[in-house]
Amino acid sequence: MQRSLLLYFFVGLTGVIFIGRLFQLQIIRGAQYDEMNNATVKTEFVYPERGYIYDRNGKLLVANQVSYDVMVQPNRVKTIDTLEFCKLLKIDKEEFLKRFRKAERYATYLPSVFLKQLAKEDFAYLQEKLHKYQGFFIQKRIIRNYPIKAAANVLGYIGEVNEEKARKSKYYQQGELEGKDGVERQYEQFLRGKKGKRYLRRNNLNRVTGSYKNGMYDTLPVNGKDLKLTLDIELQQYAQKLMKGKRGGIVALEPSSGEILALVTAPSYDPNMLVGRQRSRNSVILFKDSINKPTYDRGLSAVYPPGSPFKMMNALIGLQENAITEYSRFTCYGGYRYGNREHEFMRCHCDIYGRPISLKTAISRSCNSYFSNTYKRIVEKDNDPKEGLNNWNKHVTSFGLGNYLGYDLPSGQKGLIPDGNYYDRRYRYAWNASTNISNAIGQGEVLTTPIQLANFTAAIANRGYFYTPHIVKEIDNKKIDNPKYTVPKRTTIDSKHFEPVIEAMHEVFKTGTGKWSRIKGIEICGKTGTAENFTLVNGFKEQLDDHSILVAFAPKENPKIALAVFVENGGYGSTIAAPITSLVIEKYLNGEISARNKYREEQMLNLSLEEVYQKLLPKIEDLETREE
Amino acid sequence: MRQEKNNIFADVDWLLIFIYIILIGFGWMNIYAASKTAEVNDVFNFTTKYGKQMIWIALCIPVIVTVLFFNSKFYEQFASILYFIAVLSLLLLFVFGKEINGAKSWFNFGVMGLQPSEFAKSCTALAVAKLMSDRLYNLDLIKNQIKAFIIIFLPAFLILLQPDAGSALIYFSFFFVLNREGLTIRYILLGIGLILGFLLTILYGKTITIISLLVVLTLFIGLMVYQQGSRFLRFQWYKVILSYILVAGYIFVVNFTYNSVFKQHHRDRFEVLLGLKVDTKNIGYNTYQSELTISSGGAWGKGFLKGDITQGNFVPEQHTDYIFSTVGEEWGFLGSTLVIVLFIALIYRIIALAETNPNKFGRIYGYGVASILFFHLFVNVGMVIGLLPTVGIPLPFISYGGSSLWGFTILLFIFIRLDAHKSYDW
Repeated sequence: MQRSLLLYFFVGLTGVIFIGRLFQLQIIRGAQYDEMNNATVKTEFVYPERGYIYDRNGKLLVANQVSYDVMVQPNRVKTIDTLEFCKLLKIDKEEFLKRFRKAERYATYLPSVFLKQLAKEDFAYLQEKLHKYQGFFIQKRIIRNYPIKAAANVLGYIGEVNEEKARKSKYYQQGELEGKDGVERQYEQFLRGKKGKRYLRRNNLNRVTGSYKNGMYDTLPVNGKDLKLTLDIELQQYAQKLMKGKRGGIVALEPSSGEILALVTAPSYDPNMLVGRQRSRNSVILFKDSINKPTYDRGLSAVYPPGSPFKMMNALIGLQENAITEYSRFTCYGGYRYGNREHEFMRCHCDIYGRPISLKTAISRSCNSYFSNTYKRIVEKDNDPKEGLNNWNKHVTSFGLGNYLGYDLPSGQKGLIPDGNYYDRRYRYAWNASTNISNAIGQGEVLTTPIQLANFTAAIANRGYFYTPHIVKEIDNKKIDNPKYTVPKRTTIDSKHFEPVIEAMHEVFKTGTGKWSRIKGIEICGKTGTAENFTLVNGFKEQLDDHSILVAFAPKENPKIALAVFVENGGYGSTIAAPITSLVIEKYLNGEISARNKYREEQMLNLSLEEVYQKLLPKIEDLETREE
Repeated sequence: MRQEKNNIFADVDWLLIFIYIILIGFGWMNIYAASKTAEVNDVFNFTTKYGKQMIWIALCIPVIVTVLFFNSKFYEQFASILYFIAVLSLLLLFVFGKEINGAKSWFNFGVMGLQPSEFAKSCTALAVAKLMSDRLYNLDLIKNQIKAFIIIFLPAFLILLQPDAGSALIYFSFFFVLNREGLTIRYILLGIGLILGFLLTILYGKTITIISLLVVLTLFIGLMVYQQGSRFLRFQWYKVILSYILVAGYIFVVNFTYNSVFKQHHRDRFEVLLGLKVDTKNIGYNTYQSELTISSGGAWGKGFLKGDITQGNFVPEQHTDYIFSTVGEEWGFLGSTLVIVLFIALIYRIIALAETNPNKFGRIYGYGVASILFFHLFVNVGMVIGLLPTVGIPLPFISYGGSSLWGFTILLFIFIRLDAHKSYDW
């Protein structure tokens, strides 16, 4: 072997191996190399402006405002004139040191917020001086602004995306904002717009050294879309004022479209509380209040027994099923006996003893006996209570009761409309109409939310159909065209059966339980309700003060507004819910309260149920400690 | 004896000089790319790395002229003295050396430093050539082998004490020279065997390695017995037993050294390289980053000064030991392959010229030059492309640094001088 060949061989072999390795690295692995996704390129998001929100008349409800935060990066801070700096920021030295240490604890090499949300005039002055203080700088942020302090429950609020969502989501990054409740949450996709992206070159010290390929891959942000709500903010504000000092909800709909005109929950809060410097303090106050629950939307989520308004439902089903006719009469002897034992007797307050009562009178005077008879006839029509009840259930649920209505707000409850299976389970097949006779008057197992009841009223006003309630009217100046909200839904009741019921509801405000709240010139049709409610205290069922309920629509022909009012523990429907309803209707239809009804307005505005709630408190607290 | 021509560039090998100029020029461009910043990037700024390198490149001209000025006989006659000076300077380092990064490898002359180990390579090559070109020198004699080993490993040992293991490692390249002059290839095979045993022990642990090696050895002996009959065992039995003991003993020693003598950071380097540990942040960071940088270049590269990983200074020591990653990123597969091909051409040309040199001294020296350049290429590029563990030695002519540039220039041009002389009678 020639000796020189050995070195030739090794050099050549090395060359082949190296070039092979380079091929593997640069040709094979190089093809998979993602030039945008590595340490040398920094991706920055450019945030669009969030969409504005207006009411149905174009009044601005939610806007954006610029806020300036003073930021600090501790490792860049040089010795400064602390005294002067504190004066600039209007804080004392102790506060300065506290905040600075907090920033240091977070990270010395990363910027963090030093002072949140400067006032505008402070910002202008500070900006000129700030260059003297190395390590401090100002960051612009965009926050929400609510020119009108109302409808917090409808609008919702925005907050930082939670950690888990940020991790899973393709769109959100940690620390970004999203709608957390109400319209802000439901219409997040429209309101947020689309983030732009900017690619920057950076070096090993994480310092940006310029744009990446002259911004070739950068994208511009797309601003969020403006929303126009169906809400009438004046009506909303007025209704909120009326509910001051009470707990409950008001839901007002436009029957001809299903648009939500007002959605009130009481107590509520000023939406500006969840913006700005006081935000974290306020959110503790709001979210931790388990007694008043100001962030809980009673209009959408509170389930109550519907009470007497549910009698209209049984009347309608009775008419449809030929259980009764509009001329049917029943005699009331101060109540309805559904069993042979002493206590199996439902008392009635219609005060018409021993005379046959017509349907109209039964509704206007809220006769329990009449509807108990009707209900029994419906359920036991073919001597098969299960089938009868299932049939009854079919009719009731066609009004949107017993299930989520499908409105465009993120909270709600199903309520409960029982069917045959429900009682089969509960009573092991041994039951009949008498077992659940309370359903006749909306008191038994039946549970509804105020918005369901308002929708039920709208369906009556429309004589047999309804539009799913919704809160958004226009997106980006285009009317919504989701068929869910634009196509009417028919109930299972023929429209001819509505007239006698509507006549009777009209009678309520003429001569019946609502007569004290009638308004001259407006034909209101409605029904008061007084729902009994119970709670368990130390294992005993204890009765609390009744809920005051009213459903109504007006005017009788071509109804413009349908609403449901619930006042928790407010007593009779006629004493609180009725005057509030009539005020809301008058305000909406006439734009103002006439002089002769001012006393009524005065009364309702000043009425506070705080004392009642204070009395209830120990009972409820008892209950809560027991549950724990 | 005829007079040499007065022109010092007469009969020099222009191909070598051509490749040399291309490598140095291309090297400087990559140093510029790796060390310029957004703020400081004017070419004639001599406070920067690339500015200083430019001065050292310019100073190569007087160095080359000086090297070529001397008669080729001079190098043969003064080889011993040059070697002595080199060893002396390595010794003086322990007294006057300046400690940088924990190693006393530098003399500090204020404005600049000199690294004697970069020059000692040429001197050792000269000394080896001088020793072995003697007519009476016969490498078959153990005594002569030892002489050669002493000459080679004395500077290596001194460099190892600095400590600069990478530069010391280079002296193993002289095995090629010794082999060319008659030393049996078994030394190289032995070396490869030892490295293999080492790697197997790390990878699979001592027990499995010993058992499998002994099985292989037994099979080999079985083959010998099958070929030569039972007399093989009768005459060679002591060798058989000895080989069993040596193999097992070596693995034990390796195992002990690796686990008890090596420090954790040594072990980490091996484990990351062998894929036993995935690490992109700490010790593995250099290799990971340099592989990524090279991969990102793709086939055609991102273009001069357009390698964003290089421009962002993500690769540590990129202008010195990791300069090849700059080539990979900005010039792609095309550029990096070209550099490899240029080096191979350079080394092949040196071997070819050395082989044709009628003078034994010139031939042996030429072999030394080729071996040294090859070893540098092998270790440096192997490290940068992630095939070898991290060993800090420069890529000849391309890496930043005055001492290494001058050292390699002197190394190469002494050869060019010796080669130019061969057309004359000795």
